[in-house]
Amino acid sequence: MEVEVLEGIFDANEIIAAENRRILDEHGIFMMNIMSSPGAGKTSVILSTLEGISKEFSCAVIEGDIAGKVDSERIAKTGVPAIQINTGGSCHLEAKQINTALKKLLLDGLDVVIVENVGNLVCPAEFKLGEDLKVMILSVAEGHDKPHKYPLMFSESSVLLVNKIDMIPLTNFDMAQLKETVTRMNPKIKIFEISCRTKEGIAEWLDFIKDVINEKKKSENNPTESTG
Amino acid sequence: MHELSVVESMVAIVLKHAELNRASSVKKINLVLGEVSTIMEEPVRFYFEIISKGTVAEGAELFFRRTPLMAECVTCGEQFKVIDYDLTCPRCKSNESKIISGREFRVESIEIE
Repeated sequence: MEVEVLEGIFDANEIIAAENRRILDEHGIFMMNIMSSPGAGKTSVILSTLEGISKEFSCAVIEGDIAGKVDSERIAKTGVPAIQINTGGSCHLEAKQINTALKKLLLDGLDVVIVENVGNLVCPAEFKLGEDLKVMILSVAEGHDKPHKYPLMFSESSVLLVNKIDMIPLTNFDMAQLKETVTRMNPKIKIFEISCRTKEGIAEWLDFIKDVINEKKKSENNPTESTG
Repeated sequence: MHELSVVESMVAIVLKHAELNRASSVKKINLVLGEVSTIMEEPVRFYFEIISKGTVAEGAELFFRRTPLMAECVTCGEQFKVIDYDLTCPRCKSNESKIISGREFRVESIEIE
């Protein structure tokens, strides 16, 4: 006998992601999910971002790594609360881990949660966490051809930070080509060219992110229904 | 490791429906897997064998129906197959399109006894 099922296998994760989003909306907290391959500069971007916004907004960081707590220690030095999740071999964060981490944070009075996903350009794109914004980083040394190889990440993200632009003179990196490819895949994506080392372009990124956070704070009493 | 948690969810769905229908065994699981999903068939089979062991789904055949990446143009309503992830509408050249299939991974049906 054949029985119709018609159930999405990611549904279980998406139900918890929606629950995370509800908790965040209730507290007027903005959450962004930072994704990139290893070494593209996720922790440096987070540190630069915290430096620019933590006077204005109360922030916390959730760090996802396969092992170790190197990153959360780097964040904790800034005085911002950091929670480390060790995925124990798993290549991405899931909504349930964020749900557990949120329970460990003091949510009252918090404005922003920054999630640093596991360094990986593939699967983090597939798992919703309940975030307001998906931000991906591509560093110059990775090459402008990456959207062709990892299309899902580029099509899922709302923001692309092209990091380490101070290295462009040392490479064949073609920014125009990258932007053209990415915009074809994802016409609404916002692209910022930055260098965490020289701080070039960081001010534009900070202006953008502050606006988005303020928008969420304004809608604190009118929670959105969508997730992702 | 990517597929492990995904297969756990898949098996949970299958077992729930098997129990609802008082199945003594699951013979076949019909899955729909989008062309651009990051889920791979081989690791799904590998983890399924381990996770389903000792359950009514043990030994079930996995059938994958692959769906192409399709988009629908927001401007003119044209539905088209997406090639190289280019979301430009082939009819009106608008770049406002939304993906309608090709990313999914779901359990379509199960064959039980």
